[in-house]
Amino acid sequence: MNARNKEPRLVRIYVDGREILAREGENLLKALKEAGFDIPSLCYYDKVSPSGSCRLCLVKIDGRPDPIPACTLTVEEGMRITAFDDELEEIRRIILDLILSELGCNCLTCDKNGYCLLQDLAYRYGLDEEHRLFTPQFRGLPKDTSSPILIYDPNKCIRCERCIKACEEIQGKGILSFAYSGQNIIVVAGLSSWRESLCDGCGECIQACPVGALLEKPSIRKGRIWEVRKVPTTCPYCGIGCQIEVWVKDNKIIKVLGRDVPPNYGSLCIKGRFGYEHVNSPERLTKPLLRKEGKLVPVDWDEALNFVARKLKEIVNKYGPDSVFIMGSSKATNEANYILQKFARVAIGTNNVDNSARLCHAPTVAGLKRALGAGAMTNSIEELEKTDCILIFGSNTTENHPVIGAIIRRAKRKGTKLIVVDPLRTELAEMADIWLRIKPGTDIALINGMINYIITKGLEDINFIKRRCKNFKELKECVAKYDLDKVEKITGVTKEKIAKAATIYAKAKNACIIYCMGITQHVFGTKNVLAIANLALVTGHIGREGNGIYPLRGHNNVQGACDLGVLPDSLPGYVSLGDESSVKRFEEAWNTKIPRKPGLTLTEAIKAAIDGKVKAMYIMGSNILLTHPNVKLVEKALRKLELLVVQDIFLTETARYAHVVLPAACWAEVDGTYTSTERRVLRVRKAIDPPGEAKPDWWIVCEIAKRMGRSIGEYSSAEEIWEEIRSLVPIYSGITYKRISNIGLQWPCPSEKHPGTKFLYAKRFNTPDGRAVFHPVEYEPLPEQADDKYPYLLIIGRSLFHFHTAHMTRRSKPLGEYIDLPYVEINPKDMEKLGISDGDKVRIVSRRGSIKVYACKSERTPPGILFTTFHFSEAPANKMTEYVLDPISKIPELKVVACRIEKE
Amino acid sequence: MRIRSIEELRKLIEREKRRLSSYKYRIYVVSASCTHPEVTQGLLETLEASLEDIYIKDEVLVSPTGCLGVCSRGPIIRVEPGDYVYVHMTPEKARRVVYEHIIKGRPLKEYLDDNVTLFLRKQTRLVLRNVGKMNPERIEDYFAKNGYLALAKALTEMTPRQVIEEIKRSELVGRSGSAFPTGLKWEIVADMKDYPKYVIANLSEGDPGVFSNRALAEGDPHAIIEGMIIAGYAVGANKGFLYVRSDYKLALKRLRIAIEQARRYGLLGERILNSDFSFDIELISGVHEFIAGEETALISLIEGKRASPRRRPPYPATQGLWGKPTLVNNVETLANIPLIILKGAKWFAQFGIKGSKGTKVFSLVGHVKIPGLVEVPLGTKLYDIIYEIGGGIPNGHKLKYVQVGGPSGEIIPGDKLDLPIDHKLMGSGGIVVFDDRTCIVDIVKFLIEFFMEESCGYCIPCRVGLVRIYEILDRITRGQGSLKDLELLEKLCTVLRKACLCGLGRSAPIPVISTLRFFKDEYLMHIEKGICPAGKCPINKSVNER
Repeated sequence: MNARNKEPRLVRIYVDGREILAREGENLLKALKEAGFDIPSLCYYDKVSPSGSCRLCLVKIDGRPDPIPACTLTVEEGMRITAFDDELEEIRRIILDLILSELGCNCLTCDKNGYCLLQDLAYRYGLDEEHRLFTPQFRGLPKDTSSPILIYDPNKCIRCERCIKACEEIQGKGILSFAYSGQNIIVVAGLSSWRESLCDGCGECIQACPVGALLEKPSIRKGRIWEVRKVPTTCPYCGIGCQIEVWVKDNKIIKVLGRDVPPNYGSLCIKGRFGYEHVNSPERLTKPLLRKEGKLVPVDWDEALNFVARKLKEIVNKYGPDSVFIMGSSKATNEANYILQKFARVAIGTNNVDNSARLCHAPTVAGLKRALGAGAMTNSIEELEKTDCILIFGSNTTENHPVIGAIIRRAKRKGTKLIVVDPLRTELAEMADIWLRIKPGTDIALINGMINYIITKGLEDINFIKRRCKNFKELKECVAKYDLDKVEKITGVTKEKIAKAATIYAKAKNACIIYCMGITQHVFGTKNVLAIANLALVTGHIGREGNGIYPLRGHNNVQGACDLGVLPDSLPGYVSLGDESSVKRFEEAWNTKIPRKPGLTLTEAIKAAIDGKVKAMYIMGSNILLTHPNVKLVEKALRKLELLVVQDIFLTETARYAHVVLPAACWAEVDGTYTSTERRVLRVRKAIDPPGEAKPDWWIVCEIAKRMGRSIGEYSSAEEIWEEIRSLVPIYSGITYKRISNIGLQWPCPSEKHPGTKFLYAKRFNTPDGRAVFHPVEYEPLPEQADDKYPYLLIIGRSLFHFHTAHMTRRSKPLGEYIDLPYVEINPKDMEKLGISDGDKVRIVSRRGSIKVYACKSERTPPGILFTTFHFSEAPANKMTEYVLDPISKIPELKVVACRIEKE
Repeated sequence: MRIRSIEELRKLIEREKRRLSSYKYRIYVVSASCTHPEVTQGLLETLEASLEDIYIKDEVLVSPTGCLGVCSRGPIIRVEPGDYVYVHMTPEKARRVVYEHIIKGRPLKEYLDDNVTLFLRKQTRLVLRNVGKMNPERIEDYFAKNGYLALAKALTEMTPRQVIEEIKRSELVGRSGSAFPTGLKWEIVADMKDYPKYVIANLSEGDPGVFSNRALAEGDPHAIIEGMIIAGYAVGANKGFLYVRSDYKLALKRLRIAIEQARRYGLLGERILNSDFSFDIELISGVHEFIAGEETALISLIEGKRASPRRRPPYPATQGLWGKPTLVNNVETLANIPLIILKGAKWFAQFGIKGSKGTKVFSLVGHVKIPGLVEVPLGTKLYDIIYEIGGGIPNGHKLKYVQVGGPSGEIIPGDKLDLPIDHKLMGSGGIVVFDDRTCIVDIVKFLIEFFMEESCGYCIPCRVGLVRIYEILDRITRGQGSLKDLELLEKLCTVLRKACLCGLGRSAPIPVISTLRFFKDEYLMHIEKGICPAGKCPINKSVNER
């Protein structure tokens, strides 16, 4: 790692008689451009290896007989370069003339008009008809319009290879290539057409195209560059926090581009780039709805807000504040979530506040906090590209966190060892150096076995353990029971493979662990997380650059919601309710009395509602009916409530049960911040006006508090809320809107001078004595096993093309063109056994319920195991899951359920 | 079977030499791509049967052999001792050769061709030393020609550095056209501290009318293999790739057999001749593309990608196949290696002139009496090759110009034939002779069309520039050209010379440039007078129509 990060030396080079300083080894063209020599080029793209195919950046180097493209050279001390002379300029002009003659394109109707590299150069060199040597010929080559997301027009293509290299080198997919030769050369996807190729629509190629050959299909003829407003903001989907630029025309989003800043450096996935059509959907909520005579009818804000305030007050007075449960939103901003939990604690007076982390990373918060001191990703996303070994547990990264998936593919290409633990043959499993196809839910046995093997072989980092950890003896005793023979039996993975994986991980100079829902969504989720922490600690793969634990968070702001106390047991900044002095600080600031008793989690609140203990629920941006296990149970709970308020952007399945529905402004319509999975606080900016009367979340909540007579503050902007947050939350203290206007900062960032924290625990862990704690954990079997009646294990996850209950993604046309029907992946052997074929309608039946889906032949699942997603409301997978909780974090068993398949 | 030492190899060589000399006569039947396999087979069977008839089969060796390079006179039978080359053979004639030459000891004058005898006698065959003189499908025949002795010598008596020094001293340069000093190239690869390293032998002969590499591979495959192994030893590579264009089916077959045989004798594989050096060769073939002859394109192709040239630097010697140091040599270059190692650089340097040492195999084609493969020392005058060896221009026509070095070679007018061909001029070894019936613009247009079709399309100047050049030439041949077109032609050619990514594009305009120098008048005739002097261009039709 050190060698790769060495700071380059500044050396002198001489260009056109001028002496300049440049970094040794830097690409020469880049260095020359930075020094102000505006050498023309078309094919150079600094994110990929140079092609040297356009030949425009030819320069003369002393000592070389012929001109050579600057982009193919690197800076060497003492180089003498001619960047501009008559001969070079003449060559450049003729080459440009040649490429123009080949294309015969027309800027009048081109979407790229105004930001096309070729147009810029033609203008610069004055290549109008009069000055051209060759007459352009429009060749009328057929376009490839088959892709849902883009159009490829070979008549505009300069064959620069940027798209091909972007697909191969940035995304690691290698779907594009040149076909044919000579003047017939074109770019093709896969073997023939884009639609039939493996292209998954990330759009990296479009972003790389310097001309109008590749264009976003949904954006064509929607607006040209000078007609749009470009708003930098943060992607609303997963927790990576990709930075995007939203193009707005007439209060409509017409295009999304990736911004060239951390963490994504321009890359996006199909959801981020093409999943924006929900924003301008006609189905958006535009007016408050109030249930009158059993029907939700539009009312004005005053009526709705007054109704909610009055009812809440009544219920608090009648049943006490703990009869109210408040659900935060991991999609909403930090500011909105902070206000919501403040509302719970100040206006209602309860700690009954939670967010959807309960259904995903509650075990991470609980587990990593116990072991290391903070429930967050220890290191930064970009370190993954430079580490020597990546060990992945239960994460289909390339689909669920696609931009990180691309980073892993890149790392693999550069030689990073990849080990994947997953029952499913995911894309990364396929390309891994070692793939441990464990039986679902046997991670603890596997990890304990690995640790045991590491200790018996003396591969543990004994210095690190002695210096920085405690409880090692207990761990050693615990894992000693897990010899590889036993582990092989439990996990179904051969002991040789386990030993090899353990050895590679332990011996790697730098190693990272990534994990996701395959680890956490179990009744032993917290134990799983603790086991992972044990493994990292035993080998000392933590607390250094390129060494850490990466829980990948699923929502754009699930990290922020947790950070800001939308949790029943902690206040903003993870202040425990038992931490008297800190709680007092909040009481003073909020001018209120905060109950010391931890509140109910979401999963507990559902039970309490059924039991009649919770009478009112206030849900901000969460579709719990479909995301919580056992839909029937949730339905029952919601029906029993005296008041259900849902604040959302669409009339979700949950909202249909509400007494009041409040229309919220969405991600593109508000200012604020998100905190990404790598603890990076990122700006969210208002790009367009909300539809109808929809309002920002924080405004609505503040209004209700005010109307209850328990004001939680007067704010005129999100920034004012942020200022209050950073005055109360030390890890956020140094972060201001101004500082993160371009690039986000990573917490902890205690002061305005602090640069933010790239990785945690460099010197001490965040525990009282600064030591990490080993928590020995024992393997336990899944609560539901396959049996005669329910012979299959169903794994529930997500697809690349949709997000959660899909209210956002199914309203974006391009995404639906990839997948728009509920499906279950079945191994061909099982299909044969069941007598069903690809595309048949089948019913998946569990002990709780059943859904109708289409059978999909898949080699990703082994025999005996099925896979489905919870995206589709017509087939809600959580009808089948069981309400059974992890005793520590209260996460339900959402991942695996026993079922059978019936032919329709 | 495995040879464990140089002594064992020497014994084997002696045994094979004795075996061959024990035959009273050795009859070689040319069996190469230039002769239909059924014809060859027929001749072989006839010879065997005739000998059987008279019970002297054990005293006479009948064997297939490689192409002698006078394919226009085939089918051919060569009889040793002596060097009797019988041309235009038929089974009937072959029977007569047996009765007259073998039984009665009277060579058959009427089946010999004096021109052919001279053609062969005036050459200096080093690279083609064994071609036509052994069965290419028998490694034992190669042993009899001191085969693999150079390898044994290198492995047992020389360090890799000494091998490189010897090659450097020989002043051998690459034989595929670029003329890069071979020893220097080896040294660069040897100096790299990055492993593994690779050796690639390039048999992707693509110039029209050039077939010397094919004849070499078909006639003496082991010379290539031995050269490769020595190269691997010198640069520190353990793996070689031998790329052969897939339509060279016979060459592929013989190389495959040769590699298997070499493995069986332990000359390829682990610990060759019980030394610490291991080396193996993978034979690779692909659908023929002209561009695959370009070394970086060839590397892409072997990596399983599209054959497209890559930017340079980095050069293959430092970052080639899969980013590792890679030595890419043409097969003719490699076939020189065993000779240099065995006989020494000094011996080798006696051939050729100052700065251009050794020999080169030329493919002499076009309007010449005996077209074929001509191996002569570098520095030989063009005149000697065409007139002394090739027998001059047939049918009383006059030589107009000669293109030397493949389709992108210089075009040399008939009055400049005393030019010695050095390594700069030799190119890929093509010599195409044109007589006075050809039109220079027409020929140049044909050549540019060839390059336009063969361009990979990767870089702009080559992909688009060649199309534009072709269009201008086409205009001229139609009588629609202008003086401005000539200017534009020159401008474009300069850009291609300077700006193209690979050697293909950079050398493609050479025929245009050199004909504009020597034959500008003929272009002007087309443009100004609307006349094609040779009467080849469509322009004349339109004149007549008018």
